[in-house]
Amino acid sequence: MSDDAMVARIKPARRETTSWERLKANRNWLGFWFMVPAMAFLILFLAYPLILGVWLSFTDARIGRPGVFVGIENYEWLAGDTNFWLVVFNTLFYTLVASVVKFAVGLYLALLLNERMPFKAMIRAVVLIPFIVPTVLSAIAFWWIYDSQFSIVSWSLRNLGLIEGNINFLGDTWNARWSVIFANVWRGIPFIAITLLAGLQTVSPSLYEAATIDGANSWQRFRYITYPLLTPIIAVVMTFSVLFTFTDFQLIWVLTRGGPVNATHLMATLSYQRAILGGNLGEGAAISTAMIPFLFAAIMISWFGLQRRKWQQGEDN
Amino acid sequence: MMMIDRRRLLAGGAALGVLSSSGFGEWAKAWAQTAPWKPEAGAQLSMLRWKYFVQSEDDAFVAMIDAFTKATGVKVNISRESYEDVQPKASVAANTGAGPDMFWGLYSLPHLFPQKCVDVTDVADYLGKKYGGWTDSAQQYAKSGDKWIAVPVCYSGNLMNYRVSHMKKAGFSEFPKTTDEFLEYAKATKANGNPGGLALGHASGDGNGWIYWCLWAFGGNHVDKNDKVTINSPETEKALIYAKALYDNMIPGTVAWNDSFNNKAFLAGEISWTNNGISIYVAASKDPSKKEIADDMNHAYMPVGPVGKPTELHLMYPVLAMNHTKYPQACKALMAFMLEAQNFNPWIEAAQGYLTHCLNAYDANPVWTADPKRTVYRDVAKRSLTAGGQGSVGEKAAAAIADFVILDMFAAYCTGREDAKNAMRIAERQLTRIYR
Repeated sequence: MSDDAMVARIKPARRETTSWERLKANRNWLGFWFMVPAMAFLILFLAYPLILGVWLSFTDARIGRPGVFVGIENYEWLAGDTNFWLVVFNTLFYTLVASVVKFAVGLYLALLLNERMPFKAMIRAVVLIPFIVPTVLSAIAFWWIYDSQFSIVSWSLRNLGLIEGNINFLGDTWNARWSVIFANVWRGIPFIAITLLAGLQTVSPSLYEAATIDGANSWQRFRYITYPLLTPIIAVVMTFSVLFTFTDFQLIWVLTRGGPVNATHLMATLSYQRAILGGNLGEGAAISTAMIPFLFAAIMISWFGLQRRKWQQGEDN
Repeated sequence: MMMIDRRRLLAGGAALGVLSSSGFGEWAKAWAQTAPWKPEAGAQLSMLRWKYFVQSEDDAFVAMIDAFTKATGVKVNISRESYEDVQPKASVAANTGAGPDMFWGLYSLPHLFPQKCVDVTDVADYLGKKYGGWTDSAQQYAKSGDKWIAVPVCYSGNLMNYRVSHMKKAGFSEFPKTTDEFLEYAKATKANGNPGGLALGHASGDGNGWIYWCLWAFGGNHVDKNDKVTINSPETEKALIYAKALYDNMIPGTVAWNDSFNNKAFLAGEISWTNNGISIYVAASKDPSKKEIADDMNHAYMPVGPVGKPTELHLMYPVLAMNHTKYPQACKALMAFMLEAQNFNPWIEAAQGYLTHCLNAYDANPVWTADPKRTVYRDVAKRSLTAGGQGSVGEKAAAAIADFVILDMFAAYCTGREDAKNAMRIAERQLTRIYR
């Protein structure tokens, strides 16, 4: 057999192993196909609605009628809309105050619950109650608590002789803001407390023992052991908390509908009011889209917060 | 305006008996044979309606639908939503071309998507000819150009509710008929410790009801006949100043009120006057512990302002069929059936004054005279203006009312958050965009 003939016989065989079989054995290629269902799910239910929402914000779509592209007209309009800026302020204020208070009280509760105490399991279950009650139900309960005529708080204080008239909880701009923040905090604390408690329980007792032997007091034990080991969980839990608070809808809708005089309107409720009730889908979508940068910033802060924790990999502690 | 938790207080009345009698069933069958609309073979309908406030009204409605099913063989599936939630659902159905065949909502619902509604001009003409014609405001609500895109079933009146003894104590022998007298009345009742209250929160029914009345009473208009925005005017400013004077003489807290607060407060004896449907009276009449309030209260037209004519705004309930329905003839047959005298008379009787007809012939229904406290509600369809004011009643007016543009303007001024010029300018900017 000549060399040429030899080459001719080997060539086709070589071609067969290269393309398809190699691809089949390729782990990345296989991995891709395993990912397809999850990807399809995410694209269909997350990416598509998000992109559609952003697209709508660049149109003048109304309910029942597709819109035409109007560029950034909706955003220009919102930029000059004093109500919109009031709502942005409300949303930031609401999120900031509620998140800070929820974190502080939640962490405090978690530390308490982590101590040895009688009926520990039962107390932990009780703490979860505000989180278990459907938001709308707790909102309706608060609606009565804050009622301008029938509030139990006003009634009690009046009967104790501490106040003359009823407290105007939801009728005064700042009272209303504090009232809805209180309701949100009440509802949000259990989530933070229980999650941080789970984190606290992963901290090895030997670390505390060692620190105690070294003469650390309780503040130092918290500052140099508990807090650093809890940071990754804090980052995750606060991201979620900020996201939930920033996009809150039910509580506001039941309690105030955004009133009085838009003092408690949040971006989510204003978006609903303009898009669905007012029929102006484009403008509503623009308000929703305007929430994205804020939410993105919250996620980034948490992400970098997590990345910095090199000690997790044991490099620095 | 209405309290959902009181709706079950009312058992079905005598009216129900009429609708379920056998003679009625035969009438319904005969009607189905002669009616101009023959439901498609195998037709089935689904309808989304506002949730009833008076139980007996819903009982009568269900009996009417049963009769329709028996007479025509068309099954009708009814679902109910809080009246504020009908609009978003209808909007989604219009957008997606799927969902219930018929929607029974409020105000200018059909004008949010006029091109998606079945043309029901033939039904409206048939009913109008047979029952003494439609009131003007009902025609404006249900027509888009010359085409009827909905059938205006009824209004829910929004009038003054007041305590008679408190009125007398304040030195008045009858409820004020003019805005000037009304302000004096507010001051006098407050001085006596019997203040009233009008909702200034985002209350779609009661809040918009009195705010638009006040704006129009002083000659203010959010748009003119050509839909040009005219909110920024001296007349509007007068209306704002008047509303603030009223607000200062109301019970504190009205700026947080939604539609149900005034019902609660009135029934608890906390306020002596408010604007509302007849639901407070109905609830008080049925509750033995509230009998004193029922006996001591009455209703009156909204006072007339410097413009010298009634400027009331009442809630319209139009029913429409979506053009995605496979059974338009069945939809039309049902609409016509609902408003035939044999159905409609017992039905408005069951509603006890809560709902008012838009067809003139029904003025004669005894529900309006059997209890004189209901009589003023008979006339609301004739006295009502539309949410569009002087302008068109289309989607722009609907958007302005849904976005609470006018209500927020009044609330901002009454609470002192904005001065009159600023409040008007903000509203003007919003309206200019809505009406562009």
